[in-house]
Amino acid sequence: MIMEVIGKSVIRKEAQDKVTGRAQYTHDYHTSKKLSGRVVLSPYSHARIISIDTTDARKVPGVRAIITGEHLPLTGESMRDRPPLATGKVRYHGEAVAIVVADTPDQGDLAANLIQIQYELLPVVHTPTQAFQQNSPLIHERLGEYDREKDVYPVPGTNIAHHVKIRKGNLEKGWAESSVTVEGDYSFSPSDHAAMETRSSTAEITPDGTIKIITSSQAPFMVKQLIASYFNEDIGKIVVDTPLVGGAYGGKASVQLEILAYLSSRAVKGLPVEIFNQREQDIMMSPSHIGLDAKIKIGADQSGVIKAMELQFFWDGGAYSDKAIDLTRAGAVDCTGPYKVDNVWCDSYCMYTNHTYASPFRGFSHSELSFAVERTFDLLAKKLNLDSLELRERNAIHPGHTTPTRVLLNQSNVGNLQECISKLRTLIRWEEGPVKEINERLVRVKGVSCSWKTSTIDSNAPSGVILTFNRDGSLNLMTGVVEIGTGAKTVLAQLLAEKLKMDVDKIYVRMNVDTQTTPEHWKTVASRGIYMAGRALLEAADDVIAQLKQMASIVLRAPIEDLEVAHMRVFIRDDPRKGVDFKDICYGYQYPNGNSIGGQIIGKGNFILRHLSHLDPETGEGKPGPEWTVAAYGVEVEFDRRDFTYRLIKAASVIDIGIVLNEKAALGQVMGAMSMGLSFAGRETFYYDELGRVLNPQLRTYRPIRYGENPEYLVDFVYTPDLQAPYGARGVGEHGLLGMPAALGNALSIAANVSLHHLPLTPELIWKTKVGKV
Amino acid sequence: MEDKGRESVMLPFGFDYYRPKSLEEAVTRFQQADQSLKEPMYFSGATEFLTLGRINQVYTEAAIDLKGLSEGKIIQFDQGYLVLGANLTLTEIEEANVFPLLTSTSKEIADHTARGKITLGGNICGQIFYREAVLPLLLADSQMVMVGPEGIKVKPIHEIFHERLLLQRGEYLIQVATESRYLDAPFISIKRRQQWETGYPLITIAALIMENKLRVAISGLCTFPFRSKEMEGALNNLEVSPQERIHNALASIPGPILHDVEGSSDYRLFVLENLLVDVCEALKFGERE
Amino acid sequence: MKLHTIHLNVNDEEQKVTVRSGDTLLYTIREQLGLTGAKPGCLNGDCGACTIQVDGWPMKSCLMMAVEAEGKQITTIEGLNNTPIQEAFVHHFAFQCGYCTPGFIMNGHSLIQKKPDADDSTIKEWLESNICRCTSYIEIEKAIKFALGKNKPSS
Repeated sequence: MIMEVIGKSVIRKEAQDKVTGRAQYTHDYHTSKKLSGRVVLSPYSHARIISIDTTDARKVPGVRAIITGEHLPLTGESMRDRPPLATGKVRYHGEAVAIVVADTPDQGDLAANLIQIQYELLPVVHTPTQAFQQNSPLIHERLGEYDREKDVYPVPGTNIAHHVKIRKGNLEKGWAESSVTVEGDYSFSPSDHAAMETRSSTAEITPDGTIKIITSSQAPFMVKQLIASYFNEDIGKIVVDTPLVGGAYGGKASVQLEILAYLSSRAVKGLPVEIFNQREQDIMMSPSHIGLDAKIKIGADQSGVIKAMELQFFWDGGAYSDKAIDLTRAGAVDCTGPYKVDNVWCDSYCMYTNHTYASPFRGFSHSELSFAVERTFDLLAKKLNLDSLELRERNAIHPGHTTPTRVLLNQSNVGNLQECISKLRTLIRWEEGPVKEINERLVRVKGVSCSWKTSTIDSNAPSGVILTFNRDGSLNLMTGVVEIGTGAKTVLAQLLAEKLKMDVDKIYVRMNVDTQTTPEHWKTVASRGIYMAGRALLEAADDVIAQLKQMASIVLRAPIEDLEVAHMRVFIRDDPRKGVDFKDICYGYQYPNGNSIGGQIIGKGNFILRHLSHLDPETGEGKPGPEWTVAAYGVEVEFDRRDFTYRLIKAASVIDIGIVLNEKAALGQVMGAMSMGLSFAGRETFYYDELGRVLNPQLRTYRPIRYGENPEYLVDFVYTPDLQAPYGARGVGEHGLLGMPAALGNALSIAANVSLHHLPLTPELIWKTKVGKV
Repeated sequence: MEDKGRESVMLPFGFDYYRPKSLEEAVTRFQQADQSLKEPMYFSGATEFLTLGRINQVYTEAAIDLKGLSEGKIIQFDQGYLVLGANLTLTEIEEANVFPLLTSTSKEIADHTARGKITLGGNICGQIFYREAVLPLLLADSQMVMVGPEGIKVKPIHEIFHERLLLQRGEYLIQVATESRYLDAPFISIKRRQQWETGYPLITIAALIMENKLRVAISGLCTFPFRSKEMEGALNNLEVSPQERIHNALASIPGPILHDVEGSSDYRLFVLENLLVDVCEALKFGERE
Repeated sequence: MKLHTIHLNVNDEEQKVTVRSGDTLLYTIREQLGLTGAKPGCLNGDCGACTIQVDGWPMKSCLMMAVEAEGKQITTIEGLNNTPIQEAFVHHFAFQCGYCTPGFIMNGHSLIQKKPDADDSTIKEWLESNICRCTSYIEIEKAIKFALGKNKPSS
């Protein structure tokens, strides 16, 4: 099949708006009058609230309301453990304690400074490992009483919010068959998404009870659903509008500011109130990138064939469980990495700590677990004296193998890891070996890793598409996918152009999502936009084609089977000159005498993932996601053996993408994800003091990678189609990130001749490990 | 317990804003505001005023913006001295590049866009304790020109800069003057960060050779930038081996070593040791014949 | 003296605005002039999303008070039309979410005007003032170099 539009680097539909400053994000919308909601944050990470005195604050001119946490329902996506505003005690530094609603931000700030809150400090839980200990302070005393979904398993009386077990095969047998074993403990603290647009939400309640929310979110439909459910509002009265989103990376999939904005508006008789996160608030109060403590043990025979794996993940879910429950599950289902392992035990614990609670982060637990697993793989390679890529290739997952949750893999639902590895070898010149001496101080070293990922989204997650026509025969495409920067809506337009064999410029895409008129797309997460909305789109396109052909068959007096659609016409296959333009039939056909038939053509399509299931609570058996994207990675550094400093030289990813839908957009997704992965691995982390307070809540101290610090990027693809996906395309939005921390860790461990077990991989960490101070 | 630290969209407090046109007017404005208990403050670049003001670490009811003072904008050679106005932005100083060591140190402060707003005086007199722009001036024995209630005062930097510039109430820095012979002295300036090439310093070291003696000034090691006689004495003691010189210098650090999110004190010491080796090598100082 | 009525020259138009002493230029151009192309990313001079031009040089508009800007030529992203750098950003996919883009373009536009012969190290020195969280920076590098090349009549 020769494709006309697919694969081309079609310029994104909103490009001109974005380079001229016309693109509007949530905080750019100006209503006639918008009040400002300023949030008072907890200065401590674990403390009892003794009193809140708002007397002085209420006297500040312009203050309309001050809201505190009493009498509000508990919230939380899988388990309702989180008060929207802290009551009784605070559980993390930066937790929202009160909101001042004022006419202007400066009045709100002035009043917020005058609220007197007395705290009594409580002992702090700093790490998930500490949280797991018997004598650890409890963060949720009433854990057993929370409402929760039925597949959530908290352990009351502990800090365990959820526990996922994988029990596959026979571990005893696996150890017995192993002639070598390696073990490693790994840990890293939470960090941040640092989207350039901080989160913001505005809510208004009109006199008829309509709740209008405009929000910077990946999940506008979830906002509507959750606010209806938490506050007993009629779901139809909630309208959520999401314009362009200025970066998300999972961080905007959680619902938080929307609740605060809604409560604020409710407190001032429905006037519009904006909650706009400043950077510090965005970092401390809004959910973060999860941390992890992990213990990995691998057994293998002399040839390097893995016989057993035992894994313990203690996820740093922070003060509330929200999405950390799903992150804990996602980490468990792909716990081994992309390898055939017949005997696996994994215990994945969602732990409460006194840190900011977690939201999804690009890769959804996978870059995190990969760091632990893939570092251990390199330990195994070293112990067996095997080439580290060879070891991975030898154990690579294949069709016919099963995953840790016992999903049987086939040609379609898993990509080709061996080919990824093979292409990676060429790409990074692996034949030259991992180490190249430059001089007595400098050495260039390559590290490698592999990953896989399925998307563990809700088993009933929907996606829908509506297509309408304009009078000139051009089309409008409406989908609930949010444009968070991935270009997904442009790619959907390409799919439609390909399907209808027409010019992509004649397809108009509705950029904003409005939950009242846009068909629902569950959430714009998990690299699932194209897969799900793409399927819905193809169904909608088929619907449009059928309607066009039906109308044309009447006009052309020809059977439907003889008709073709292309170039905005319907025509007779063997006599293309006989046809009718879309514009003459898309709003009905009018005969010369004025008689009209048919009507406006509206196409619809929907999609829901097939056969996903909950996991068995004892064994983990179940189908968590539809397909696995696999990938192999390399990172090359130039390392200074005296200073322990390094430069990033090259980073490589080979991903089984199925098919490339938009070349530059796909490369952009992969390279952007790699950049984010290296930034996370090399520099990003929260630093805490002994009271659990975040010490670096600004971008001058929390430092994403900058221009010029980046390496050269090498990207290649493998093309194993997913038969269920539009044109065979596999999810690719996250995968560039997944192997970066591990590959960098492996490179630096070789370079410094130490085993590195923590992130971020700073020169100081390497030095400390080297001199035995870790 | 309670806490005052929170962040604002803009400066949450109201204040009077003055932009005096003469040196005297600035002082008068300050004194008037001071008498009315308005906690007046001077600034020129205002970057730190804005960033620390919004987190309630700076407060004033009378802000006196010095950038209108033409004396603070000069770059001129005068009787063997290079005179630089304190209100020059770091970018202006870099573009003019009349003091290569200062250019070299300055180029690593904050980022290029921010340096278009940060001024020489602001960096030296700021609260953020790195104050890296002072390092070259410490090395070059510069003269600091200040204006205050008693008029214009010129003082050698070593008399008036100890950890910070010791200004009297109502005084401000208007110029710095540096003898021309220091401008072409061999120098090096190195900034080492926690990771890669952006961010606050772990350690910034500037060094210069004058009359065959090595001078070093350091920021990021302690809570203040400094030039230490004892450290330089140790480094210039060619009687002992290079390793021993550095070892002795490390034993003479004039204050507790910083231990913060940028790095531990042990690690800073490790980094400093290597930086001193690099400085000596780069300047070919103390090499055996 | 806490409120000031000042004249700002923005995108070649004189604008009269009344501001508080402490209002940042970013706040004024967004909230009073409705020019929302400059973005608040940190309000702390760290990220560069609010970069505009003042007298031809890049400026983080959160690091300048409106009262400081009187008498200066201010250019925002809205004042740029069909410049080589805008075209280059589109062509090279030098943005994804687009939030940092106005700041990068304004910084890059100044670079092209002030340093038409910029080498790699000058480009890096200027552009490390901004954070892009979506791209790998390679796309931005290509766009900047493309636009620099277009600006040189000789090459």
